[in-house]
Amino acid sequence: MSFQPVHFYQTGTFTVGNRLLAQEERSVQANMERTNSLNSGHRACQGCGEALGARYAIDAAMKAASGRLIAANATGCLEVFSTPYPETSWQIPWIHSLFGNTAAVATGIAAAIKVKRHKGQMGDVRVVAQGGDGGTTDIGFGCLSGMFERNDDVLYICYDNGGYMNTGVQRSSATPPAARTATTMPVGPEPGNAFGQGKFVPAIAMAHEIPYVATATVADLRDLEYKVTKAMGMRGARYIHILVPCPLGWGAASEDTIKLARLAKETGIFPVFEAEGGELTSSLKIRRQQPVEEYLKLQKRYAHLFGKTPAVATIARLQAAADKNIRKYGLLDQEAN
Amino acid sequence: MLKQTEGSHAVAEAVGLCRPEVICAYPISPQTHIVEGLGEMVKAGEIQDCEFINVESEFAAMSVAIGSSATGARTYTATASQGLLFMAEAVYNASGLGLPIVMTVANRAIGAPINIWNDHTDALSQRDSGWIQLFAETNQEALDLHIQAFKLAEEVSLPVMVCMDGFILTHAYERVDVPTQEQVDAFLPPYEPRQVLDPTDPVSIGAMVGPEAFSEVRYLAHAKQMQALELIPRLAEQFKAVFGRDSGGLTHSYLLDDAETVVVAMGSVLGTIKDTVDEMRAAGEKIGVLGITSYRPFPLDNVRAALQNAQRVVVLEKSLAVGIGGVLSTDVRMAMSGLQLHGHTVVAGLGGRAITRKSLRALFAKAVRGELGHLTFLDLDWNVVNKQLERERTTRRSGPAAESMLRDIGVIATGIV
Ligand SMILES: Cc1ncc(C[n+]2csc(CCOP(=O)(O)OP(=O)(O)O)c2C)c(N)n1
Ligand code: SF4
Ligand SMILES: [Mg+2]
Repeated sequence: MSFQPVHFYQTGTFTVGNRLLAQEERSVQANMERTNSLNSGHRACQGCGEALGARYAIDAAMKAASGRLIAANATGCLEVFSTPYPETSWQIPWIHSLFGNTAAVATGIAAAIKVKRHKGQMGDVRVVAQGGDGGTTDIGFGCLSGMFERNDDVLYICYDNGGYMNTGVQRSSATPPAARTATTMPVGPEPGNAFGQGKFVPAIAMAHEIPYVATATVADLRDLEYKVTKAMGMRGARYIHILVPCPLGWGAASEDTIKLARLAKETGIFPVFEAEGGELTSSLKIRRQQPVEEYLKLQKRYAHLFGKTPAVATIARLQAAADKNIRKYGLLDQEAN
Repeated sequence: MLKQTEGSHAVAEAVGLCRPEVICAYPISPQTHIVEGLGEMVKAGEIQDCEFINVESEFAAMSVAIGSSATGARTYTATASQGLLFMAEAVYNASGLGLPIVMTVANRAIGAPINIWNDHTDALSQRDSGWIQLFAETNQEALDLHIQAFKLAEEVSLPVMVCMDGFILTHAYERVDVPTQEQVDAFLPPYEPRQVLDPTDPVSIGAMVGPEAFSEVRYLAHAKQMQALELIPRLAEQFKAVFGRDSGGLTHSYLLDDAETVVVAMGSVLGTIKDTVDEMRAAGEKIGVLGITSYRPFPLDNVRAALQNAQRVVVLEKSLAVGIGGVLSTDVRMAMSGLQLHGHTVVAGLGGRAITRKSLRALFAKAVRGELGHLTFLDLDWNVVNKQLERERTTRRSGPAAESMLRDIGVIATGIV
């Protein structure tokens, strides 16, 4: 095995070493007793944000559910890289049915649990549904909205990498404006995705006035764990939307996954917040605001903006969109700035 | 207990007696009364420990059923027509995963043109989905088949579709014998799943399978249906022992012993066919009927045995395989392979067109005289068809075909006389 230097402390970040924290404040991942729900050996690309997000989210959910958790999974990278027959990385009961029905499958699991509990044949078991942005915001949206609207007792987690990565990087309704995918190129004058399209499902989830909606990124894994834990402490329909950089689809370096997630948050491109019953209750403040270029230029999907003549107007529109998020979700601490 | 009741209600009572734990459905005519009836029974506490879920589509209905069945709950849903097609992806998934869901299909035509009336196009479109498909001849049989369906599904771990003719059965008030809870409990044990999502014994269900094992996994589905082929007659016997009546099984034979002409059909039309056959028998004609109860698995051997000594077979089906002719007849012909007899396909009753004794008698007589072609559309109005074909020959913008044909027929067809 080749030599890998081990870094014990991260510099230039806001993370705090676990050993400085009291036992009960330490992260789920820091605990030897964590489940390793998504175990090593799976086939995700190096630096896959989705694998990282899923591991943290499901381990936190497992802890909150005292190990009594069932997961339903949509078709997509997470499903494909975790369960190539006859192997599986999942250490928890897990079912994959289809691409577009995961929320409904989870509803069925929750219904069965409710009946079995009532009959005294089962203790309390909790349900998580998970899928990519395509499986959530596009093809699975009907089932998702139905599950929200009925307020079924399911935590749905969307791993948003801004496209259909499993099928080779096509556009989804979560592909951000100006980002290039295989299918944005044939439509419109620009290779990147059009402005004024797409949807932000966390806001739509809020419109359903479900008990809990949150966004998170894989840059703030403690925040992610906290939100999953909080969601698991509630009943009814809950939704967490996690931004998970995809080195392959974004044309980014594997080691930049965390950095990109952080920049998405620090630029305001991806607002990180919580909402309860449809009302915004908190947002994760930007610590050190960055211009959107810092985020864009690390990704080949935006390379067409940085040619010989930079697409200044397009970049300005993206900056304006980030600024709008900052206003809308209160991402800048007024006093600090 | 004997009751005069609606077919849908009889089925709802049967399903209720099977102690379902999760019921999820989306409304579509002519299935609605079944699900509404079940909803009332859950509300009234007649069905206990059961979750009744209103979903936003048939696709969700089958998906919820997949989730609950995989978690070990006895699960029921019902649909028809467009609803069955809307859930098709999940229909295949449920059988692929080996989940013993029971679903009623209140058989109805498929559009366009949209049509709410009965034929078998919906169920037959799913014939290769891996579901066991049983067809009821009467409301009593519809009731009985549901009780057998749960047992069958759970023994072989495959989903079962109980098909009953929309409106003709679902909305007909008939006398049915509704069994007692004790009888049903004696016949149908609690559900013991083969695979279950259980935190104390975690498994992954629905993994990706490549070429190395896919054929084997698919073959297993076939092998399970072959097991069902043996199990279905045994369940019918067990059923008879508990409930005291013949119901279910693979096929129903009627006056076949010396029959030179055999009519093959499925569902409620068998009643009209038998009446017609009685008339013809009275006139000395050697004619009999073979009703197919189990369409999937298809009882090739039984069908072959029934046709062994016949001279001709008329397959009368409420479905059309566009571009070739019959759906059921294709399977019957498979059973006939090597037998020397004339085969006739008759497409009848599409979209609720009444199948009358008069038409049947003329049709069978024609078959006996050796004048019936390979493919016949019973009571087809050739004037209307030819007029439209002529219009399309002469006018490029001939307009929407169905609407033009309706106009040709006139107001009578629309019911606004
Ligand atoms: C009904 C259906 N349509 C299309 C597909 C093909 N398909 C499989 S995964 C996938 C993309 C998944 O994208 P996403 O949900 O964003 O997950 P990711 O792979 O990006 O994590 C597509 C289009 C499918 N499996 N089923
Ligand atoms: S393509 Fe992207 S989402 Fe899929 S495994 Fe690779 S990095 Fe992860
Ligand atoms: Mg994606």
